[in-house]
Amino acid sequence: MAKKILQLIDGAYRCTLEEQDDPAIWITNAMKGAGGDFTVVLSGNAVNYGVKAQDASGLAFGAWRQTMPPRIHDDLAKLMEKGVAVHVVEEDVAERGLERGELIAGLKPIARGAVPKLLATHDLVWRW
Amino acid sequence: MSKKKLAFALMDPPFENARTTTAMRLLEAAVRKGHDVSVFAYEGSVYLPFARQAQHANSVRGHSVEEENHPLTKDWLAALLAAAEGRGQKLEWANCGLCVDERGAQEAIAGVRRGSPADLVKFAEECDNTLVIATR
Repeated sequence: MAKKILQLIDGAYRCTLEEQDDPAIWITNAMKGAGGDFTVVLSGNAVNYGVKAQDASGLAFGAWRQTMPPRIHDDLAKLMEKGVAVHVVEEDVAERGLERGELIAGLKPIARGAVPKLLATHDLVWRW
Repeated sequence: MSKKKLAFALMDPPFENARTTTAMRLLEAAVRKGHDVSVFAYEGSVYLPFARQAQHANSVRGHSVEEENHPLTKDWLAALLAAAEGRGQKLEWANCGLCVDERGAQEAIAGVRRGSPADLVKFAEECDNTLVIATR
């Protein structure tokens, strides 16, 4: 049986325009496809990855145009379609003034104080 | 607005930090507004114009190389150099030579030259203002 791995993703928007994704979420998608067993917790600024109205299109330099901008909320939805539970720390959501209806469906709110219990149910915890 | 001479010092490597995109957008805005621009690429930023950067497919999203059309900073810079040239403006890019040697980043796109910290001093002397966008 695969080890249960918890992905704690806190930093956000570090290189998303260049990479057209968040590298921690991208590699989780790739490793899930390779048979890994993952759970994701979005905390801090990364809770904004769940906002469905994000639009990062329009980047241009001279005649160069970005044609495939990042769609991180879609990448999260794809993770959940694959069976990965994606939690958002509800205090971090509230502190940023985000309403539940602004987030994509399927995200699981988790209280900050409940995260340690979640850690204890996993074999490995990786902080990104 | 009168034409200005602006100098930038960059430090971050590509594909690591949002500062890179921000820096390139500032360069784009400066060129678009008609200013002459000088850039001193220091430390990891010497890889921004690295000629061997290559696009790749994205298996997670099921995109081909063409569909993914992955951004490459060397292409961003090439587009900016072409835009500046087309407008008759100066966009000068000097890579720190020692930083290039450390990293084996000798292969840069056309329009990029090898330089030294003396270039940054020269840029600072010649320009109306400078902006250092350092690694944090």
